[in-house]
Amino acid sequence: MTSPLLSVRNLKVDIPSGSGTLHPVRGIDFDLHRGEVLCVVGESGSGKSLTSLSLMGLLGRTLERSADRMEFDGINLLGASGRQMRKLRGARMAMIFQEPMTSLNPVYTIGDQLIEALLLHRRMPRAQARARAVELLEKVGITAAASRLGQYPHQLSGGLRQRVMIAMALMCEPQMIIADEPTTALDVTIQAQILRLLYDLVREMDMAMILITHDLGVVARVADKVAVMYAGELVETGTVAEVFDQPLHPYTRGLLDCIPQPGKTGRGEPLGTIPGIVPSLVGQVDGCVFRTRCTQAGPACLGPIPRRSRDGHLFRCVHTDGYAPAETKAI
Amino acid sequence: MINFVLRRLGLALLVSLTVSFLSFMLIFLSGDPAVAIAGEGASMADIEAVRSQYGFDRPILVQYFAWLGQAVQGNFGNSYYFNLPVTDLVADRLSVTVKLGLCGMGFALITAIPLGVIAAMRPNSIVDRTALLFSVVGQAIPSFWFGLILIVVFAVQLRWLPASGTDSWKNFVMPTIVLGYYAMPAIMRLTRAGMLDVLNSDFIRTARAKGSSELRVMFKHGLRNAIIPVVSLAAVQMGFMLGGSIVVESIFALNGAGYLAWESIARNDLPTVQALILIFSMFYIVFTLIADVLNACLDPRMRSS
Repeated sequence: MTSPLLSVRNLKVDIPSGSGTLHPVRGIDFDLHRGEVLCVVGESGSGKSLTSLSLMGLLGRTLERSADRMEFDGINLLGASGRQMRKLRGARMAMIFQEPMTSLNPVYTIGDQLIEALLLHRRMPRAQARARAVELLEKVGITAAASRLGQYPHQLSGGLRQRVMIAMALMCEPQMIIADEPTTALDVTIQAQILRLLYDLVREMDMAMILITHDLGVVARVADKVAVMYAGELVETGTVAEVFDQPLHPYTRGLLDCIPQPGKTGRGEPLGTIPGIVPSLVGQVDGCVFRTRCTQAGPACLGPIPRRSRDGHLFRCVHTDGYAPAETKAI
Repeated sequence: MINFVLRRLGLALLVSLTVSFLSFMLIFLSGDPAVAIAGEGASMADIEAVRSQYGFDRPILVQYFAWLGQAVQGNFGNSYYFNLPVTDLVADRLSVTVKLGLCGMGFALITAIPLGVIAAMRPNSIVDRTALLFSVVGQAIPSFWFGLILIVVFAVQLRWLPASGTDSWKNFVMPTIVLGYYAMPAIMRLTRAGMLDVLNSDFIRTARAKGSSELRVMFKHGLRNAIIPVVSLAAVQMGFMLGGSIVVESIFALNGAGYLAWESIARNDLPTVQALILIFSMFYIVFTLIADVLNACLDPRMRSS
């Protein structure tokens, strides 16, 4: 097996504050291989967005990132200088954000902004960059692409703006795209279109993608691998088939129970819910992070939680016996 | 864009007309102008003679349009006090005031905008605190006091700069600093606040995600958005500087238009006052127009509104 494109070990994000340090990301491990789609799912506040921002080196100044390893295509991201990160961002790793309405600069035309994304990293005549911008706008399904270049963001709808953001992320043909809930702010009718588009382009250009979402339906359709995040930890990771068909962590099972399934969920039958709320992010958590909301919680849940694995399907729970403790290897 | 400029021009023209009417009507506010011109102890016959000589016996609207017709050709009549054409008198004084105003505003913008940006890049840092202190002091100290202190230090003690007059560029150094320092704090703090606001925007994160350098993020993506309210403020301040730099002009004995206005009011020299009020108002109107057009260039959303 080839070495992964992105390899992350024990990634932590801390927010120092007056009333104790917050730990929104508490040591996560994962690998992303070339051309692979990894979906990260979890509730709001589980640390998904911070994880992606810390990969891009875009965390705010007040946030602290640490990890044992963070390697992207052989480059150590932990030791990378600001200049090295700038060369990677946009060129080899790109990001699509949740808020298409505010993610484009209101005072520049979309053409300027698309062309900038390319010219920051490649030396080429402006006309050539412009041609590339038109090509990509067409690729993301925008009609009359050439005439759109002169338009300003406020003249476009949310769906169109997100298409522009996708085109912008693809300008330099990055090896990895991080899409942070790219369709959350859009109309339901547009959501499916945008996701389909993004997925097709990622496959066509053979890029790797980390897709952050809380739509499990989306995950089932597009993901190669799934990582379930809860309170800053990855509680379960595996292929879609493994995680969806045989969820091993009670939290994953809880999430799946929240979704109505044709044929399984009876008419009038209430959908599942997970009682309680996400634990406080201040200070360290003893034992399992999901203990306070888990129906199976027992005394053992207070102790150290081993990471178990079955052929790369990893989970952190004391309850499911019979699986071998995991090596330090991640998915 | 052309539509926008035309619309703004039309609006400016209407405002100018209103202002011209108001400034023309000023002459009747302080009593019968014929009595004032004829002077103390004039007989009724003298007053009547003055009245018909100056045309005060005609209907007001006729007088207004006659005055306006002359004014647009640059003829504001003769000063009662100097008995010279107001236009010559004002043109001479105005060149000093305009020079001073432009220098003062230039100084204010050159210091305030970089300071505001730097302060916003590191909020609550030493640089930010120092800039804040600098601006609070600027807002708090009166111009006349600051001007006098400068004169004491640089003209009297060190003898580097002349204390008064308009002979060379050296005469403008201290007045520029006093006038500029007065305008600087508001511009700096508005720049800082605007930048802080803009730097939290999602599109700034997008710019970083593209791989832009910090300088590019600050100036290309940040400042262009943050500067928009600053342009409007600077326009108003510019108008104020050209009309209201009386204090600075009198301290440094710069015979400017502000000082002339003050003198003319004291002397009841109405044609000069009328002309100056009209000209000062026109400055405001022109600078607001320039600011609006500039803002429309900076922000496409304003063009359509």
